[in-house]
Amino acid sequence: MNYTAIVDQPDESHHPTSFMAKYIWSQDHKVIAIQYSITALFVGLVALALSAMMRLQLGFPDSFSFIDPSSYLQFVTMHGMIMVIYLLTALLLGGFGNYLIPLMVGARDMVFPYLNMLSYWTYLLSVIVLLASFFVPGGPTGAGWTLYPPQTILPGTPGNDGGIILMLVSLAIFIVAFTMGGLNYVTTILQARARGMTLMRMPLTIWGIFTATILGLLAFPALLVSAIMMMLDKLVGTSFFMPAILSLGEPLNYTGGSPVLFQHLFWFFGHPEVYIVALPAFGMVSDVIATHARKNIFGYRMMVWAIVAIGGLSFVVWAHHMYVSGMNPYFGFFFATTTLIIAIPTALKVYNWSLTLWRGNIHMTVPMMFAIGFIFTFTHGGLTGLFLGNVVVDLPLSDTYFVVAHFHMVMGVSPIMVLFAAIYHWFPKVTGRFLHTGLGKFHFWMTFVGTYSIYLPMHYLGFLGVPRRYFAMGPTEFIPESAQSLNASITISALIVGVVQLIFLFNIIWSTFKGKKSGPNPWNATTLEWQTEYTPPRHGNWGGKIPVVYRWAYDYSVPGVKADFIPQNVSPQEVEMMDDKGGA
Amino acid sequence: MNFFSSIFRELTEKPWLAQSAETLDQELIEYQPGSPGKTGLKFFIAVVSVIFFLFSVTYLSRSQYADFQALGGEPWSPLYQPLWLWANTGWLLLASLSLHFAVGQVSEDKLNRLLGLLTLSVIFSLLFIFGQWVVWQQLSQQGFVINSNPANSYFYMLTAIHGLHLLGGLFALVRVLIIFSRKVKLDILQRSLVLCAWYWHYLWLLWLFIFALLTASPSTYNTIAAWCGL
Repeated sequence: MNYTAIVDQPDESHHPTSFMAKYIWSQDHKVIAIQYSITALFVGLVALALSAMMRLQLGFPDSFSFIDPSSYLQFVTMHGMIMVIYLLTALLLGGFGNYLIPLMVGARDMVFPYLNMLSYWTYLLSVIVLLASFFVPGGPTGAGWTLYPPQTILPGTPGNDGGIILMLVSLAIFIVAFTMGGLNYVTTILQARARGMTLMRMPLTIWGIFTATILGLLAFPALLVSAIMMMLDKLVGTSFFMPAILSLGEPLNYTGGSPVLFQHLFWFFGHPEVYIVALPAFGMVSDVIATHARKNIFGYRMMVWAIVAIGGLSFVVWAHHMYVSGMNPYFGFFFATTTLIIAIPTALKVYNWSLTLWRGNIHMTVPMMFAIGFIFTFTHGGLTGLFLGNVVVDLPLSDTYFVVAHFHMVMGVSPIMVLFAAIYHWFPKVTGRFLHTGLGKFHFWMTFVGTYSIYLPMHYLGFLGVPRRYFAMGPTEFIPESAQSLNASITISALIVGVVQLIFLFNIIWSTFKGKKSGPNPWNATTLEWQTEYTPPRHGNWGGKIPVVYRWAYDYSVPGVKADFIPQNVSPQEVEMMDDKGGA
Repeated sequence: MNFFSSIFRELTEKPWLAQSAETLDQELIEYQPGSPGKTGLKFFIAVVSVIFFLFSVTYLSRSQYADFQALGGEPWSPLYQPLWLWANTGWLLLASLSLHFAVGQVSEDKLNRLLGLLTLSVIFSLLFIFGQWVVWQQLSQQGFVINSNPANSYFYMLTAIHGLHLLGGLFALVRVLIIFSRKVKLDILQRSLVLCAWYWHYLWLLWLFIFALLTASPSTYNTIAAWCGL
């Protein structure tokens, strides 16, 4: 049994007093979470700017002198890598994981606070090294975010010197940072839960973060291994991945390495990475939906099992990213089958979210709008995944805009919708103030409609055969000219959606200081983080006494109970029942 | 089995059902303080194992290409009778054992013996690293440099990464000793030393695995690769 908590001794919690100890070299999980979030959002803005540059070129080809074919590829690469790893992974696990785990399981802090602090500073270092690659001769790598050898390190690919080296170093540093953080998250969840917080009383947010962290701990090593081996190929001339090859007419010193080996390693990391991003999002959206629909989550056990099943399956589907690389047909059949099987637990989750809404007392708050928006975008992105999971459908569509549309819907837009839902939902706990609702609704509608106007047309471009990663189409007979008009329209939508995110940033900054005061539990939520003595919670989270947990996280609208929610730390004796007439 | 049945029992709980007062009381009684250090270390060992597992898979896969020349297995190969590597295996085993025995010596009246064993462990670990460096020198003097053959590349890479993990362990051990010199309680010291000992045992086992892999004869790794369908 693991019903364990950090020893309840407030006098030993060593409250920091100086500014440096409190806000810079802080070991408080809440401060570290905010540090992670701010860094991730900053680097995410860089990636957003890069996507705007790509869209400018695609929508209005050759109108901008600062975008040439090399820089275009560099924008593509850095946009992808930053968004997937340095923004989404860092914000979901480093940001929300750090903030929510100790508060939701009823711990005073992470079990290894010092390691937690190191994790953030190492992450920051990885971001600095990554951004430094913009300033080295040759610029950042332009090999595509998948970094496939041999082209990644050969002349002709932008940033094949300093750029790729810094990228690989930065990834390795990131993985070290993630491992330090990840060990903390799983150990805290397993060993520092408050009394009474059994595994099945944990909110789904924690289940999502927990499973995603385990996926990360087991999948990031594959990226580390491939980064180390590629670095050796580049720097000391080993031939792990590099085949015997001519470059610019000259034979190089490499001997028969295997580029496909890299692809296997990369996607053994790359596919679980999708779920490292998706599972925390699944968890958080479940809690947002249950809270704002005032209903217990439909099928809690199934939701937990589905998270675990998706996590397990995510390790046996990786080669569906490699159908076009060529493989044994039986191999392709195997991976197509496992890929389609993942649709079962995933669809189960979508049904359960919908059924939670069914006859719920839905409060159309901003977090709820983003959560419902997520159900739409995720379903659309997921359905196109069923197309691409099949080998025969994937072959013609691979490397077209259909794939770009698919993965942006499923792992770009969807997790970001949840991130917005989560930020609007938990902001009152972090700052004690609401984000501005009017601006929030404007933000939601512009983002929701905007992303559809960006990605829906991309599916059609894909069907037309428009290839991805091309700087310009040039004279291509099979693509009608109207595709260009569609591209221009996508670009205009993308720029509008991009600018709207600045309004969101303004909302965060403005509301932090001037927002409406929220009180400790503005959404009448049941989970422990809303039951802290102070809002925002102070160092040590719980003041004098760690809470005791008596129930699961979803006691909303319990029949016969006066309030429409019972917090997890309310004992059966403390619950106020309705009187006999059924009134309050 | 007990572990799995308890996990299964927990995962099949129905948390939405109202709990009786007795069940709730029982839960609160069963609640025990745990050991985050052990859990953290187990997960860390899992991560390191995955890293080396993946390296091994790529090794087996890469070994099936024509240009791969194993370092061991044949009388003319440089690691056919790797005496130095056997000696290094011994040093690491001794380091691991001295840490193991040091854990048993944590008490007020045995502090000298404890300090002696810990010093021995550090020295044996450093001897291991020095020994590995000597093997590197020997190999490169014979012309087996890192990029002359993929088998050599794997040898240098895996021994280096294993050595870095040992250096990380030494860093942690020294940190434990520095904290100890500030007079923390003996039971805390013991808990930290147990973790160090586990880690050293693991690194020794890991080394045995790497040693076997890197010096395997072509027929051995070809057979394993064939089993794996490579």
